[in-house]
Amino acid sequence: MADIISVKELTRKFNGFTAVDNVSFSVKKGEIFAFLGPNGAGKSTTIKMLTTLLHPNSGHITMNGHDPVKSPDLVRKTFGIVFQDQSLDDELTAYENMEFHGIIYGVPDEIRKKRIEQLLKIVELWDRKEDLVKKFSGGMKRRLEIARGLLHHPLILFLDEPTLGLDPQTRNHIWSHIKELNKKEGITVFFTTHYMEEAERVADRIAVIDHGKIIATGTAKELKKRTKTDNLEDAFIELTGRDIRDEEAGTAERMRMRRKVFRH
Amino acid sequence: MKIIYILWLRQLKRYIRSRSRIVGSLGQPILFLIALGFGFGPTFQKAGGGDYIQFLAPGIIAMSIIFTAMFSGIEIIWDRQFGFLKELLVAPISRMKIMIGRTLGGATVAVLQGILVLLISMIAGFRPTQWHSIPLALLFMIITAVMFTAIGTAIASLLEDMQGFHLIMTFVVMPVFFLSGAIFPLEGLPSAIKIVTLMDPLTYGVDGIRGALIGVTHFGFTLDLIVLCSFTLVLLAIGSYLFSKIEI
Repeated sequence: MADIISVKELTRKFNGFTAVDNVSFSVKKGEIFAFLGPNGAGKSTTIKMLTTLLHPNSGHITMNGHDPVKSPDLVRKTFGIVFQDQSLDDELTAYENMEFHGIIYGVPDEIRKKRIEQLLKIVELWDRKEDLVKKFSGGMKRRLEIARGLLHHPLILFLDEPTLGLDPQTRNHIWSHIKELNKKEGITVFFTTHYMEEAERVADRIAVIDHGKIIATGTAKELKKRTKTDNLEDAFIELTGRDIRDEEAGTAERMRMRRKVFRH
Repeated sequence: MKIIYILWLRQLKRYIRSRSRIVGSLGQPILFLIALGFGFGPTFQKAGGGDYIQFLAPGIIAMSIIFTAMFSGIEIIWDRQFGFLKELLVAPISRMKIMIGRTLGGATVAVLQGILVLLISMIAGFRPTQWHSIPLALLFMIITAVMFTAIGTAIASLLEDMQGFHLIMTFVVMPVFFLSGAIFPLEGLPSAIKIVTLMDPLTYGVDGIRGALIGVTHFGFTLDLIVLCSFTLVLLAIGSYLFSKIEI
């Protein structure tokens, strides 16, 4: 099948630190592609460049035939994204968040209404549509973001650590929704994760990334075969020479706390 | 057009829903009205300035407008911290539209707040002397609100988080308010203070609102309008430029 994302020799530096170092890969139309690596490996930076939020220092990106640097608006229409940190408006209801998204993406009224209903039903939030998002649990928010990311019929769905901080049950739940949408609508899914078993279970193909470089690409089976290991965890250690690290609370979480203090 | 409308509507919904913010932001103007109005009232009267509440209320209305407008602009920092800004920035819409929608939304909220304070000050004894020029007062309120939302946006575009917020309150909002002629007449000021007040854009907003409500202006409506509009255009341009440069 044809490549929907193709990346060649992509590099991005921040004050001398190379976050993404000469990275090349491609994603086929309709596949579920995982970026597997520890925190700080360059996963989010790569996603930001693919989604027009950051400009690369060098290298070339093609997203569905368009260059994110030269024609950002064309590229912006082709994808939906669920960020690592929440990007909903807490003070609006679930429905209002969806409606806002539909309008700024120019989805016509009739289609928008139908699509919002369809998607909110898929992620099982239709009966909570009039509730303010701030009353939602982490899992519900993530589901709403996924539904929102799909509202404008994108060809590609980006998911940056979509299940970070969620319990295993919610995690499974979310993945079954994503897989269903991938099958039903033929959406290409590009996700980052540092959970091995998630990459192994969900992705058609995996790229292992560490210190800004892609170390290996292939199906979970191929990666295990290449490293002569019988699980992805060992394969990862074999490839990178280390274990995956875990994460502490992010800046956004701390700010959220501060806002609460500030408002009262 | 629809995009600008939905951005405007979002600001409005957020304002109407946060009752604690509305009540909280009315506290300060009420305190100023009561403490200054009734505290300095007798002295002001003795000095031949007339009824101080009449003089003060338009200044307090202007104060509530700039506080609310600045805060609306600065809300971009919230949006940045809580992620909603990313949702806006990856959308296939121009930054200019986002800026216009936000500014109109923020300004609308600030004008609503100003009207609330006007009503409250009438409870405290303030009486507009010429009802037919209320629309003119509204016009001045709107321009002032747009200008300070733009200033808030400009500042917020430069800040990464809320750490700088108190700095802005102390070094921008408070001086702009206190040195604007909102609480004292501009006549007979020491020349250093006089120069500062003349450079303060709020001075002209306060003068216009006061002129429209009680019929006494220091500079005249035409000069007030020209200065206010010039400031507003320049600040809108700066705000739009800085906003367009935001990277996540």
